[in-house]
Amino acid sequence: MATPKSLHSAEGYNIIGAMAPESQLQQQEASWVLLMRAAQGGDARRYDELLRSITPFVRNLTRRYCRDPNLAEDVVQDVLLTVHRIRHTWDPQRPFSPWLAAIAARRGIDRIRRSTRIARHEVSDDLAMETFSVPAANNESGALRAAEAIEPLLAALPERQRRALEAVKLRGLSVAQAARESGQSETALKVSVHRAVKALRSLVASGKHDSD
Amino acid sequence: MEPRSTEQLIASLSQGLAPVRPLWPPARRALLWLVAVALVVGALLLRFADLPAWAGRYSEWRMAIEAAATLLTGITAVVAAFHLSLPDRSSLWRYAPLPPLALWIATSGLGCLQFGVGLGPPGARVGESTHCFTFIIGVSVPLTVLLFAVLRRARPLDPLPVALTAALGVAALAAFVLQFFHHFDVTAIDLLTHLAAVLSVVGLASAARRVLA
Repeated sequence: MATPKSLHSAEGYNIIGAMAPESQLQQQEASWVLLMRAAQGGDARRYDELLRSITPFVRNLTRRYCRDPNLAEDVVQDVLLTVHRIRHTWDPQRPFSPWLAAIAARRGIDRIRRSTRIARHEVSDDLAMETFSVPAANNESGALRAAEAIEPLLAALPERQRRALEAVKLRGLSVAQAARESGQSETALKVSVHRAVKALRSLVASGKHDSD
Repeated sequence: MEPRSTEQLIASLSQGLAPVRPLWPPARRALLWLVAVALVVGALLLRFADLPAWAGRYSEWRMAIEAAATLLTGITAVVAAFHLSLPDRSSLWRYAPLPPLALWIATSGLGCLQFGVGLGPPGARVGESTHCFTFIIGVSVPLTVLLFAVLRRARPLDPLPVALTAALGVAALAAFVLQFFHHFDVTAIDLLTHLAAVLSVVGLASAARRVLA
């Protein structure tokens, strides 16, 4: 199962996928077949050699599906993982390159589908600041204004209620954690939060009424 | 030099590599599965089916073609599923069951047309149809589970065509077995029921396709 060392030279691998002479492709294929057979038998060293050898070939193939080099490298790694996971599906009596190319194509298509799905359902930050169909949502500083507006209202609450509300509703602590922190019982804390929310509602309502 | 992360990945994949036994060729695996099913179903038919009555009914050419087309649909679809489960086999295999499927539907349709036109209202009777539906589903579900268990070994990269062809194959085989117990002419309602049962099996299997991956 010895493979000529010259077959594994870096020049030989880099040329695959570009303008490789046919005889070189055949040598490459023969070398991969030998390495993959050894890998299926559990030869870790040959497997390592195979994976390093096929990576430039896979990279060339995945560039067709993904132009961003970082994303393309993700696809290359996906392909290598898939090769590892389904290496028992390669028939040692059949050529290796079509099997590998089919895996690379599949993973490339998966990447395109994922990108399309993300593009369809997600909006980039730049666009997030653009106009929305609901007029109220177009006020890009609305959230900041709301935060500014609620500060004096919180300050108007009794100390105990304000702390309870901040702990549970703003800092996201659980009732148990907030109770421990404030030294109150859980029931007392819940009552404080409830009263604080009620007080805030009435403060907001009266403020709205005033502004009207 | 490879980017660092890819190098690390290669090193981790190679480390402690376990030997694997390559899968047998898909045609051989399909044949073994079909033979195993044929042995079990054959034994059950010998025990429970009225074979002389079946032979009498299917001596007519149209019925014989219908039975052959049903069986051929099942066999080609199962063989196609095994091929499609591998990454380097032609995706054209997905179309292999379509010609026998078309012949099956055509001969069944012709039969129910003759029967329905000849006898009028009985051609649209419902009666036995619910049994047909239950039979096809009842036989298909365990066979699908068995077939999926075998196909799953290939971890297909695109499980949908594998699930669809496997389900079509199993449902067609179930419909073929049903013919041994279908001692009356197929009516339009029967044909629709058979098709609905096959489509239900295909739909269920496609919903469960992720089991294969």
